[in-house]
Amino acid sequence: MESALLIHRLQFAFTVTYHYLFPQLTMGLAPLIVILKTVAIRKNDETYNQAARFWAKIFGINFAIGVVTGIPMEFQFGTNWSHFSRFAGGVIGQTLAMEGCFAFFLESTFLGLFLYGEKRLSKTMHWFAAFMVFVGSWASGYFIVATDAWMQNPVGYEKAADGSLQLASFWALVLNPWAWLQYAHNMSGAVITGAFVMAAVGALYLLSNQHVEQARIFVRLGVIAGLIVSLLQLFPTGDWAGKMVAQKQPVTLAAMEALFDTQHGAPLVIIGQPNMATRHIDNPIQVPKMLSFLTYRRWNATVKGLDEVPETDWPQNIPLLYYAYHIMVGLGTLFIAVMAVAAFLLWRKKLYQTHWVLWLLMLMFPLPYVANTAGWMTAEMGRQPWLVYGLMRTEEGFSRMVSAGNGWFTFLGFAGMYTLLSILFLFLVRREIEHGPEPVNAPEAPKSGRLNPVGVR
Amino acid sequence: MIVAVMVAIYVLLDGFDIGSGAVHLIIARNDTERRTILRAIGPVWDGNEVWLLAAGGTLYFAFPLLYASSFSGFYLPLIIVLWLLMLRGIGIEFRSHLHDGLWTSFFDVIFSIASILLAIFFGAALGNVVRGVPLNADGYFFEPLWTNFHVGTENGILDWYTVIMGVVALVTLVVHGSLYLATKTEGELNTRARRVAFGLWPVQVLLTIVSLSATLLVRPGILTNFSKWPIGYVIPLVVVGSLVYLLVAQRQKNDKGAFLASCGYIAGMLVGAAFALYPNVLPASTDPSFSLTIYNTAAGAHGLSVGFVWWTLGMILAFTYFVFIYRMFRGKVRVEEGASGHGY
Repeated sequence: MESALLIHRLQFAFTVTYHYLFPQLTMGLAPLIVILKTVAIRKNDETYNQAARFWAKIFGINFAIGVVTGIPMEFQFGTNWSHFSRFAGGVIGQTLAMEGCFAFFLESTFLGLFLYGEKRLSKTMHWFAAFMVFVGSWASGYFIVATDAWMQNPVGYEKAADGSLQLASFWALVLNPWAWLQYAHNMSGAVITGAFVMAAVGALYLLSNQHVEQARIFVRLGVIAGLIVSLLQLFPTGDWAGKMVAQKQPVTLAAMEALFDTQHGAPLVIIGQPNMATRHIDNPIQVPKMLSFLTYRRWNATVKGLDEVPETDWPQNIPLLYYAYHIMVGLGTLFIAVMAVAAFLLWRKKLYQTHWVLWLLMLMFPLPYVANTAGWMTAEMGRQPWLVYGLMRTEEGFSRMVSAGNGWFTFLGFAGMYTLLSILFLFLVRREIEHGPEPVNAPEAPKSGRLNPVGVR
Repeated sequence: MIVAVMVAIYVLLDGFDIGSGAVHLIIARNDTERRTILRAIGPVWDGNEVWLLAAGGTLYFAFPLLYASSFSGFYLPLIIVLWLLMLRGIGIEFRSHLHDGLWTSFFDVIFSIASILLAIFFGAALGNVVRGVPLNADGYFFEPLWTNFHVGTENGILDWYTVIMGVVALVTLVVHGSLYLATKTEGELNTRARRVAFGLWPVQVLLTIVSLSATLLVRPGILTNFSKWPIGYVIPLVVVGSLVYLLVAQRQKNDKGAFLASCGYIAGMLVGAAFALYPNVLPASTDPSFSLTIYNTAAGAHGLSVGFVWWTLGMILAFTYFVFIYRMFRGKVRVEEGASGHGY
């Protein structure tokens, strides 16, 4: 049983982590593409349309892989976590199905229109298609976050006679306060990824001296948007998320901070290694009383430590949780710093010539992926040992009829399949980046001449 | 009232299961003019997979226990279906972005094999549902891929009965796909697509008879519902009528009519199966009292009524989008047309 539980957890963790590499970029790029389209119409500038078209192609590739890796996520609730589904499906089935029925249709339909329909749509309608792709992808995100938020902070349910949970209040489920705060934090995280990726491609083009006009748009938009959302990520959204955890899951907060003992005026550990044997932090560098202040806005407030609850109710892997959380916070700080420097240079009109910053922007794009992944690890491992917080433990939720051997078989199969997907993805994206945002497929461009003069119809 | 709503949900649910299954498997046969074929399905195939996702979600919120039990019980075939869906997607995408003959044909083969296996697996899955699965008292089961190929209580996913159903599904979907292609193409390709569908007609009739007799053998009680509610006899009439019209329409070279007839046939077969099983949704091969029915698997009343409201809304929206997309890409496709477009 032990090993079956482990493999079910591993498989879900692996497939969901891999899956989320793609939606975070699509959700992050969607608003940026809308901005590009808006500027294109406002300024009547074809360059921005080309930029939008280029990013729509990248979006399309990510969306397709997001879909094929998303279907297994939904299936695994039934295949690997059937006892959980039986227990909670009457509630979370709602938000999951709504994602499929509303958001997903919206997104895929309008993406089809946006990618293939530029010739047949008016400018305003094409802008509208881009806007609806944005709405669809963000709605999709909300329904999924609401599902997770219910597992973190179950609301709006009642217990039925057979012990399963049933929906009691639809609006309580959809308007779960946890969902809104987590959503805000998650979405600004996604836009960080989108902004960094856009700036990185722009920096690559600038450094290699190709598509310079487009590259400047990418870098400019990426840096401005990146600075704004990096700041939002810390405050207020990160602050909200932290307070929420302190209020609803104090044990989780204690584990994230590796706060073993309840303290008045608890310090904030910047760096240090939690030692589970001695229940101390080794080699800490800390800011006195800061944790109390950040959590409760009072320097001497009491922050509950892990000693408040029995060890069986602690998250199982406290060091990993602690490191995931600290990596997320550390990277978030780094993003603000880099984007602030880049934005300053942009303002001074020196950014496009400052090669070391361009190199930095180009090389940093993987880090938002790491930070977003670490953030989700914090949320999900922090919820342990609960599958539905306070209601169902993780070891009660998996499919007992599916043996560990079958689990290993499918886990390895997924690993292989996702390797193929990665190769496909890199191949396709590399082609698009190599190809660049040149107007080869531009619908306005007649076969003889490459460009309309100043993009006038 | 609630029961009526639940039945409606169930029938509709099955209805668009057909939509997803049928339309996205249309491509089972194709070896020439593949670019044209890919252009015919290009704009819609991933949209059709969205139906599968929506169907799964709906099943989840409306019948959580059924979802939990069937998904964990059919663990291996479902995961394999997921892999096949991915492989098929990979095949399509690589195929349309590589212009090297060797690799193009390689991905064609991958694409075809994945599609064929998907059709067989879906048919076998339906066969499993009709035959019944070894449910225990808790409403759970687990089936290995195969056991001894007998229809007993030690079931595997594949036995002689479900293999027949797999073949039925394959032939049906090959015909269905060819007819779809006939409506979307012209010239040589159109003729060939018609010939395939036409040639398979007797096979399809024969298989229909074989599968129905096999079903009677495996589940002798299957006709009870028909004598209880004689209105049910409309369904076999629809099936027979569709088959006859399929032949007539093909004789008249009426591609659209033939495609609609094929839709009617598939819908008739599925509705018939659902009607015959009702109120069971997953019968037990072990002890009939362990069977899962719409009553013991449905979610709570509030959840269902709320769900019904937004679900209806969502479906209306989705249908609107779909009609819109299909209208935009309506008409015949040619390879030369719009060579600068997306690389299909």
